[in-house]
Amino acid sequence: MVNIIWLALLISGIIVAGINGQIEVVTKAAMDSAQSGVNIAIEIIGLMALWLGLMRIAQKAGMVNFLSRVVRPVMRFLFPSVPSEHPAMGAIIMNISANILGLGNAATPFGLKAMQELQKLNNDPEEASEAMCTFLAINTSCITLIPATIIGIRVAAGSADPTEIVGPTIFATAVGTVVAVSADKILRARYRARHRR
Amino acid sequence: MFLNIVSQISRWAIPFLLLTIPLIGFFRGVKVYETFVEGAEEGFETAIRIIPFLVGMLVAIGVFRASGAMNIFVRVIDPIMSLIGAPGEVLPLAVMRPLSGGGALGIATELIGAHGPDSFIGKLASTMQGSTDTTFYVLTVYFGSVGIRKYRYAVTLGLIADASGLLASIFIINLLFGGG
Repeated sequence: MVNIIWLALLISGIIVAGINGQIEVVTKAAMDSAQSGVNIAIEIIGLMALWLGLMRIAQKAGMVNFLSRVVRPVMRFLFPSVPSEHPAMGAIIMNISANILGLGNAATPFGLKAMQELQKLNNDPEEASEAMCTFLAINTSCITLIPATIIGIRVAAGSADPTEIVGPTIFATAVGTVVAVSADKILRARYRARHRR
Repeated sequence: MFLNIVSQISRWAIPFLLLTIPLIGFFRGVKVYETFVEGAEEGFETAIRIIPFLVGMLVAIGVFRASGAMNIFVRVIDPIMSLIGAPGEVLPLAVMRPLSGGGALGIATELIGAHGPDSFIGKLASTMQGSTDTTFYVLTVYFGSVGIRKYRYAVTLGLIADASGLLASIFIINLLFGGG
């Protein structure tokens, strides 16, 4: 799918430029864009370093553990099929907490651990369990406090107020999470009804 | 009131974290400076790792825009997109977002560069990029890691989650910065 979109963008651009008789813009756009890809990455190094440095302190200070205490009651409600002392619950909580803090790299190992543990509770090892679907929904819609990369890109592009989008992002991710959790409940009920027949 | 809270959160977020994280770390006995440097090294690697994605997507979108194809595309889909209050330019980003994190970042970067980070499209692209995740990547990696082959309703659910995040972004940016 990504391959098709990428190819479609390139081909349609080249065809349109050809029809318009200005094929040389393709050459210039391709060369300029390739260069600006590198420039932007270099310009955001500073901010990424600052952010991940700060986050490493947060991690060492036990902020992920602190946050996990806050989200635990919510997770118990969302994963009724997972016993609250099961290792799966711990891994889920750590994964969500790391995601909220925007610690993508720290979140993935917890996520993989959570899947392994959920698999142990799964009746059919080939089919996703209900808890797995819920976990995916929360994981992809997860509330984000600081979208660090995009702030870096905004700084690189010379924004007058790069963090202006922090509030809107928190709002949008919160709405996304609420919708995802509700959709999960509805889809689960429908799936159960269909498979009882 | 609500809008004021949203914009105050934006203003205070970074200074607040810059103050509290090192302070809490210090009182917890963390070697704050050494730990910071350790993490900063990872930030450097992250920035370098996205270069291939940025180059790939910026070239494709750059050619698409410079040739005039973007204009044609926008003219065709604008009437549909205006129903939900979003300019046509952001549709490629919305389509790419659940498929490829790096690809979407490339498109968002191009939109921010071409329209300006403080333009309506720039703010919208920033929020859209920050507020959803790469559903198909998570699906493949997480489910794949334990050998799940039947996804049940997980794909539908992930896409609903993405769509609602994107629509919420459009809503809040229209509300705060209006005039799409």
